[in-house]
Amino acid sequence: MIMGPYDHRRLKSLLGAWALAACAPEETAAVEAHLTDCAPCADEALRLRDAVRLLHPQDNLDLDPALRSRVLELCLTRRMPGIPMPGWSVPYDAETARLDALLHDMGEAEWGAPVQLAWYDDDRPAARETSVAGVIGHLLAVDGLLALALGLPDPLAADAPAAEGPRTVSSPAERTEALWQEAGSSYAEQQSLARQLRRRHAGTMHRHWRDQTYALIRTAGFAGGGVADLPVRYGGGVTLPLRDAFLDRAFACWIHAWDVAEAVDYPYVPPTPEHMHLMIDLAARLLPETLAHRRRSGRASPPRTLVAAGTPGRTLHLEVEGKGGGNWYIPLDSPAAVAGPERAVAHVALEGLEFCRLAAGHVSPEDAAAGRDGDREAVDDFLYAAVSLSRM
Amino acid sequence: MAHGNGPQGAGEGTVPPRWNRKMQQRLARGEAAALGELYDRFAPLVYGLALRVLENEEEANGVLSEVFSYVWQHPDAYDPKRGQLRSFLAGLAHKHAVRRLRWAVIQAGAAGEIEDCEERIRAVSAAARADYIVTSMPEPLRAALELAYFKRRDYRETAAELGVSAEEARRRLRLGLQLLATAHTEAGRPA
Repeated sequence: MIMGPYDHRRLKSLLGAWALAACAPEETAAVEAHLTDCAPCADEALRLRDAVRLLHPQDNLDLDPALRSRVLELCLTRRMPGIPMPGWSVPYDAETARLDALLHDMGEAEWGAPVQLAWYDDDRPAARETSVAGVIGHLLAVDGLLALALGLPDPLAADAPAAEGPRTVSSPAERTEALWQEAGSSYAEQQSLARQLRRRHAGTMHRHWRDQTYALIRTAGFAGGGVADLPVRYGGGVTLPLRDAFLDRAFACWIHAWDVAEAVDYPYVPPTPEHMHLMIDLAARLLPETLAHRRRSGRASPPRTLVAAGTPGRTLHLEVEGKGGGNWYIPLDSPAAVAGPERAVAHVALEGLEFCRLAAGHVSPEDAAAGRDGDREAVDDFLYAAVSLSRM
Repeated sequence: MAHGNGPQGAGEGTVPPRWNRKMQQRLARGEAAALGELYDRFAPLVYGLALRVLENEEEANGVLSEVFSYVWQHPDAYDPKRGQLRSFLAGLAHKHAVRRLRWAVIQAGAAGEIEDCEERIRAVSAAARADYIVTSMPEPLRAALELAYFKRRDYRETAAELGVSAEEARRRLRLGLQLLATAHTEAGRPA
């Protein structure tokens, strides 16, 4: 007999693991030898094997991500919400849910995949390699700016001693680096970890990110319209009202979800046309100020004419084609000038997705597939201003 | 693509009783954000159960809408004292799916088909009971089964990941399967 250390009690305790093929080979052999001469164990073994057949992986369960908003909308028409979600937080709710679903779908091995973060810095492409967990940490750190504005805990301050007082708000890039350092999620550090620890780290990041997104959405709902104009400080003098910050973060969430999906070779569709329109509109609204800032630092051509505030000025016509697109008129000489089709000196036409790639710094102004007409300088100023909206 | 990472898409991990209670209160208050959270956590479960009975994606989508709008419209139908929200939703999903299956056959009208339908309902019943048992079994047992079956860990690795002794892992796997085996009897019938 090969019973050795295996007595009836021990063999019986192994039956569940045996039925699941989760024993060491010598244990499997010992159990199977035992089953030939122990009727009660043989009975139970059979029952447990049958039970295993009732387990089934849902590997082809393809829940359409677009269903979420349809089901939620249906519910909300059947019973009006007592505490609705402000319209400006809805794209953020939708995009975070899509990324969350992607992260749940991903296999364990894919969490270790390298992901390239790309943006434009000083009119030059910049890139940084990180892990999926690093991307989620980046989203967590920057979303934390909204948490700060709403009086929620700063994910970065989680471990800081209370005596240090509130952390001075720094830029998205600084916050990201700080969080990566705190959490130990640099790509090299991740690669050096044992699989189990890497998985645990990824799970923690995922959970913290998701908890914060839920807290943000929930708090925005409770505060109602009252917080829409609350300033969110991005550092470096850049401030967005909360409603726009939510849109900005919805955009960032989508773009980085796309980065992750590409890294692990999963399909990922763009946001709904309605939400994409809002995101493009935000970029279009930020462009006049961005152009003015670039002019002041000598990175865009000087104004041709001095335009008094509120009077018509030279205009660039931005035509975004496809679903979610539209027409925008960007004042070229001063953010305070009135822009309109009658003063258009240049015309840029591109697909919505291409515009978003440009604004995310994922395609260069030279390579962007855009129709360019009219004043060449105005077109270039515009394209460079658009790509400079991107940041880490 | 597999939604959820556990048995029957139930991979969201431990939900403390407090979570069930708070979610019920938030739904009762009509908090739209709570509805979104509920969907994110349980839509894969509801959809998976419905698809198993109906074998039709469009019909399963219908069950998904029905179940979530029912819970949203009747937040008091769920009593946190009587169990997990997860089990409550699993029960609803099963009920709505079987109702749809019957209805589809009645509409088709042929007597032979109705008989076939009852047989199919019986056939999916053991599977549905098993789904129900897995969704409502104690979390430590479910987590052990998830690791051993879906993630192909042996019981020692399972023990290490759960932070328990190898003996405890063996016990959990055996007990989990024993519970699951009751699906072949009436004992595990959905509420």
